[in-house]
Amino acid sequence: MTNPVIDRIQSEITENPVMLYMKGTPMFPQCGFSARVVQILSHVNVPFKTANVLEDPDLREAIKQFSNWPTIPQLYVKGEFIGGCDIVTEMFQSGELEELLREKGVVAAE
Amino acid sequence: MQSRATRLEAVLQQTFAPSLLRVTDDSARHAGHLGARPEGETHYNILLVSEAFRGMSRVERHRAVHSVLGGEFSDGLHALALTLRTPEEHAQQ
Repeated sequence: MTNPVIDRIQSEITENPVMLYMKGTPMFPQCGFSARVVQILSHVNVPFKTANVLEDPDLREAIKQFSNWPTIPQLYVKGEFIGGCDIVTEMFQSGELEELLREKGVVAAE
Repeated sequence: MQSRATRLEAVLQQTFAPSLLRVTDDSARHAGHLGARPEGETHYNILLVSEAFRGMSRVERHRAVHSVLGGEFSDGLHALALTLRTPEEHAQQ
């Protein structure tokens, strides 16, 4: 049985080196936790793609199951689940986030 | 009816035998936001310091906490801000 939403997630995290599942959009985040991750990704200056789970209830449920993670936002780098707002914030503060992005070959935006 | 904070504390205490546990109800700060409810008890901030986290990655630690609090998420819990450290990591902060 293939589930189209799971297929969508799988291809999004494969095709986009930095993929963020969030509430709202980078311009208009609808939640403080999503806003913070957008802010951090903008600060480290890497290109990223986002999906707005509020526009798609199926996606919102599917991503929680797919990642085995109950909350939004969720960040993927090169197909690997990194974590939510707390983890991204901790990794940013310790410098690990930029290290990870470098290691994974994600280069800064122009 | 005990508060959600009390329930969270009890479960975490029992599971992780923390050397430090602080559960803060942040719901009032999120009033009117998505996921908030008039009756509150939706947003929590937890600091948990435990030997149990030794050797676990960040994602593993969070999942360990989520898994014991699973039922709360299906019962109106909306957001958990988690700081999960070993005693050594906490001492370095």
